[in-house]
Amino acid sequence: MQTVDLRGVTCPTNFVMAKLELEDIEAGTTVEFLLDDGEPVKNVPRSLKDEGHKLLGLHEREGYYVLTLEKGEE
Amino acid sequence: MAEQKIDLRNLKAGGFIKERGKDLFTVRLRVPGGRMSVDRLSKIAAVAQKYGKGYVHLSVRQSIELININFADFDAVVAELGEEQQKVASCGARVRVPTACGGCEYNPNGLVDTQKSALEVDQKLFGTATGHHKFKVCFAGCPFDCPKSAINDVGFQGAVWPKLDADGCISCGLCAKSCTEGALSMGADNKPVFDATKCIYCGDCIKVCPTGAWSAEKKGYTVRIGGKWGRRPLVGTLYATFVPEERVVDFISAVLGWYQEKAEGAGRVRLGDIIIREGWQSLLERLRSEFPEYVVQETIAPQVIQTQLPLPGQQA
Repeated sequence: MQTVDLRGVTCPTNFVMAKLELEDIEAGTTVEFLLDDGEPVKNVPRSLKDEGHKLLGLHEREGYYVLTLEKGEE
Repeated sequence: MAEQKIDLRNLKAGGFIKERGKDLFTVRLRVPGGRMSVDRLSKIAAVAQKYGKGYVHLSVRQSIELININFADFDAVVAELGEEQQKVASCGARVRVPTACGGCEYNPNGLVDTQKSALEVDQKLFGTATGHHKFKVCFAGCPFDCPKSAINDVGFQGAVWPKLDADGCISCGLCAKSCTEGALSMGADNKPVFDATKCIYCGDCIKVCPTGAWSAEKKGYTVRIGGKWGRRPLVGTLYATFVPEERVVDFISAVLGWYQEKAEGAGRVRLGDIIIREGWQSLLERLRSEFPEYVVQETIAPQVIQTQLPLPGQQA
């Protein structure tokens, strides 16, 4: 599974980077995003959900979050 | 009788404000909720260029004010603004143009369509004479309250009551983490536990929920009454919760009716000071008779903000 590390990237750049990564991935593929605690973990999952992707899980790992997502249809 | 140079009906609702210079006025435009089409903005710019000083003023209450307009040009200014349906606002002891935040159509925080409410109140209540003093209404879409609803005579704040679909919850804990009011915590089963007494209806849990397990059970407006700013500021207090959007005009009308009646003979006094004089119970009971399902059990008087503390050596 592809992992995209967005730690250290602030809003909304992290969301835009996530979008760009997803452009090169086929629909139905599962991807993992690493997100900082605070604003990034509050904003990025919600924004990606609004874009039509399916959120599979979100859990904390040693001070940051791992978001698992399945790319939605275009 | 001298020949009448201008149509005095244009002046009836106010909105033409005397400036320092001879014959010069500020023309305050009616911009409910601060939303303005670009076509209208272009027309205003053209009128300001033709008749004004070369600049406009953006007022605190979201109006555009044309500066340095000669009173002899009033009719032409009104007619040319009318080509883009732009109207002139009011001043004096009337219901003013309502203010509002950008609203929920494009702002991700917005819970309620404040722009729609502001337009409706503007259409139905704008310019209503209070008989006493100005009367300001404001719509904020969420508890962030960017437009500062509680310093208006009647302030509306978007509110949402959350409900959880436990099956849709993936136990990520984001809602409990995001709830700055301490109304949510994670329970022993790793699902959120809701403490309704601490909730301020901001909907952060719904917004942050990655799966949509949190959703809106009901939406409406939290209503605070009796605020104002100026020389002696007051912050309005809570009278009702979850007032539906379609009851807003009726609610304001009821407050206005109480004010018109209770301020009789008091002169130029704002609603908040009348509430302090009459007691909040009187207004609360009046509203309860019409809106029993939304009015709170009890409230407190408008809160006085001391901005004029006596200096050392002065006695209060």
